[in-house]
Amino acid sequence: MISITPDLKRKPPETDNSCYHCGEDCEETPVVLNEKIFCCQGCKMVYEILSQNDLCQYYELAERPNISLRGQKHTEYAWLEDSVVQSQLIDYQDNKTSKITFFIPAIHCASCIWLLENLFKFNAGIFSSRVNFINKEFAVTFNHHLVSLAELAELLATLGYPPEINLGDTEGSKNRKKDRRIIYQLGVAGFAFGNIMLLSFPEYLGLNEINAIGFQQWFGWINILLALPVLFFSGKDYLRSAWWSIRQKNLNIDVPISIGILTLFGRSIFEIITHAGAGYLDSLAGLVFFLLIGKWFQQITFHHLSFERNYKSYFPISILQADGQSVPIDNLKKGDIIIVKNKELIPADGILLDGSAAIDYSFVTGEEDKIPKEIGEQLYAGGKQIGKAIRIQINKTVSQSYLTQLWNDAAFKKDSTNTTQLLADKIGKYFTWIILLTAFTTLFYWLPIDVGTAVNAFTAVLIIACPCAVALSIPFTFGNAIRILGRAGFYLKNTEVIEFFQTINNVVFDKTGTLTQTQSQPIHFNGLPLDRVEKEKIARLTEQSTHPLSQQILKFLNIQNNQATQIEQFEEVTGKGLEGFVNNDFIKIGSADFTGNPATPNVSVYLKIKNQNRGSFSIPNIYRTGLAKVIDFFKQENQIHLLSGDTEKSRTDLTPYFGEHLHYQQSPMDKLNFIKNLQTGGASVLMIGDGLNDAGALKQSDVGIVIADDTNNFTPACDAILAAAAFGQLPVFIKYMKRCYQLIFVAYGLAFLYNIIGLSFAVQGQLSPVIAAILMPASSVTIVLFGVLSSTFLAWRLRLTDKNHPDKMIKIN
Amino acid sequence: MKIIFFLILLSLLVAIGFLAAFIWAVRSGQYDDDVTPSIRILFDDTNEKSINDND
Repeated sequence: MISITPDLKRKPPETDNSCYHCGEDCEETPVVLNEKIFCCQGCKMVYEILSQNDLCQYYELAERPNISLRGQKHTEYAWLEDSVVQSQLIDYQDNKTSKITFFIPAIHCASCIWLLENLFKFNAGIFSSRVNFINKEFAVTFNHHLVSLAELAELLATLGYPPEINLGDTEGSKNRKKDRRIIYQLGVAGFAFGNIMLLSFPEYLGLNEINAIGFQQWFGWINILLALPVLFFSGKDYLRSAWWSIRQKNLNIDVPISIGILTLFGRSIFEIITHAGAGYLDSLAGLVFFLLIGKWFQQITFHHLSFERNYKSYFPISILQADGQSVPIDNLKKGDIIIVKNKELIPADGILLDGSAAIDYSFVTGEEDKIPKEIGEQLYAGGKQIGKAIRIQINKTVSQSYLTQLWNDAAFKKDSTNTTQLLADKIGKYFTWIILLTAFTTLFYWLPIDVGTAVNAFTAVLIIACPCAVALSIPFTFGNAIRILGRAGFYLKNTEVIEFFQTINNVVFDKTGTLTQTQSQPIHFNGLPLDRVEKEKIARLTEQSTHPLSQQILKFLNIQNNQATQIEQFEEVTGKGLEGFVNNDFIKIGSADFTGNPATPNVSVYLKIKNQNRGSFSIPNIYRTGLAKVIDFFKQENQIHLLSGDTEKSRTDLTPYFGEHLHYQQSPMDKLNFIKNLQTGGASVLMIGDGLNDAGALKQSDVGIVIADDTNNFTPACDAILAAAAFGQLPVFIKYMKRCYQLIFVAYGLAFLYNIIGLSFAVQGQLSPVIAAILMPASSVTIVLFGVLSSTFLAWRLRLTDKNHPDKMIKIN
Repeated sequence: MKIIFFLILLSLLVAIGFLAAFIWAVRSGQYDDDVTPSIRILFDDTNEKSINDND
């Protein structure tokens, strides 16, 4: 369940101390092999594997592939042996071949592709493999008799590419089929567009002699044949959407589009059959073609961010039972005994049977500390076990667990489009009424004068009043904006989120993991620097403990395991400290009163060697960089609040920012209700949080942002994900979105201009197919170009960079 | 000039042939991933020695 974060510090300084494999600084303890240095055993091991298999070209393909294996432990894939799980994941299987597609978030550069596609060199059982870079998918064909699925996964993990396996992915193949449909529609529309235009040449050039032979009718009939698939296949979705919208007594943007399409078609058929003219089928095909391009552009911008994971993704999909068998979590029944190992999530409520449990409930309560639990105590789903494996007896099945209750709260069932109507639909409504008004006015104006012109003008108005500008400006402008924001580290769920941002007036912050960083707090050792021998001893001691402070100190010491160090009489007093004889020296490490010291502020852990104070460790709460600027920015136009599940210890730090709007010890339910109350008071709320424990609140708020240190842990309830490294840029992002929103109105102004010009021809009955054929594509293209170019220019002006984007690392020498 | 009827018909057939080829190409999954192939073609062909061959 651990996934690797592609290291976001893309170009580490090229010091002499850089690890040959990942490029990170080796600090004081480099691992050496063949005159090359590595920052850790993991990196060295991968290098060994690669050089043994003659694969050192890996290092030539990208400068320092940058996947650090420091501190990464093997995830166990034993549960992949379960045949039920396998049958859900395997794409294909026969007597000797199996095919599977893994999702590997660590794929980020050319050398990753190269290495993974050369995987067959590592194991004789692997036939071939293929990477899909955009989706970060890796398809392997292998002989399941020679290598098992679990072994495959472990091999990948060893190399630094652990696969992330989610139950939800088994439904992923359906999406691929749907994505292709639009390509077919696009192809057909483009084909028809080109050929109809070709056949309309005589009409454009006014070649009347050719008409004499009867070409006009002939070409007209062929055009109709070509236009039929455009109407019934390519344009089907617009017609259907308009029909549904009308049935609901609502007018969305597809209604005027459909009116335009049908009028074009109807009038053209009429003209061709009665030999009255050439029809407007070229404009029809062109209109549908451009609209589909807009839709397709939208799709490819978003599709590789999968937002639809349900809560099952957070739980290991198979859990080890006491009898040694792995079973999918859906099969768990009350009374089953399961084994939950270190860092694994507890899938269902149960009672602790044995083992020493220290449960991290930060997903549920926001509380950072690990809670030690006694045998017989109730454990809840969503907690993570830290330490040795524990046995739990289930007393509630997965669907009834506490965490699920939160997820099933009404807030989740709510559709993500809140009551605020989307801009396009609003404009679409007005647009339709104005067009209909203009059309009928023209009709009644001409009727007494000349019926022919009246019908001519009426249909012309409906044709030329192009809603395509309205329909295209938002997808292209916002679509481009989303792409740009994504590269800068801010991933929006869809274009609607930009619109929701415009009305925000209240901002709610979570504390743990949002304002504070969760990873690598820089520990400071107070006192004379420790020498290597002392560090080894302390490391051996802290290694025995699963207490979080011990783990952090162990990481901080960063020293290799020296097998010669002996420990005797080890004792851990839970929550207080550790002591023991290390190589006959008595070491005591722990809290103030455990070590017999007066408590000093800012110091968490005291160290005593041979009964003498040797120093202490300060392990601070680190707030994110740029926090002050971000808070100031929001304060200017919004009311800000802080909701935290933690205790009040940080109140003094945060009062200068939040004043009195600080609320502590909030349960997930409290957070949700707080936001609900604000909303009933008329507020539009932006919530910034970090994960499962505020998931309900995130969904309830008008916009929910999740801050992710690892952008592959999505919360389904949020509307946007902010990469932790980009936190300080949040004010710039919001400014950018506001400006892009204003750009839309400029685009509408342009569209308005086109419509005026076109209508001036139409109401006079002067609209010839040629003019229509020129104006409509011209307006579409202008709107698209304007939208894309202006939003890109704006990003350049605001200096939105893409330095935080993990995919940027494609380098080929 | 009546030959133009025949020519138009022929060209339409060719065009439809191309459309069919396009649909076939999409169905075979060629366009599902259009980024990785661009990176893949730039790899060198190393000698295809693998553990398999070392018998």
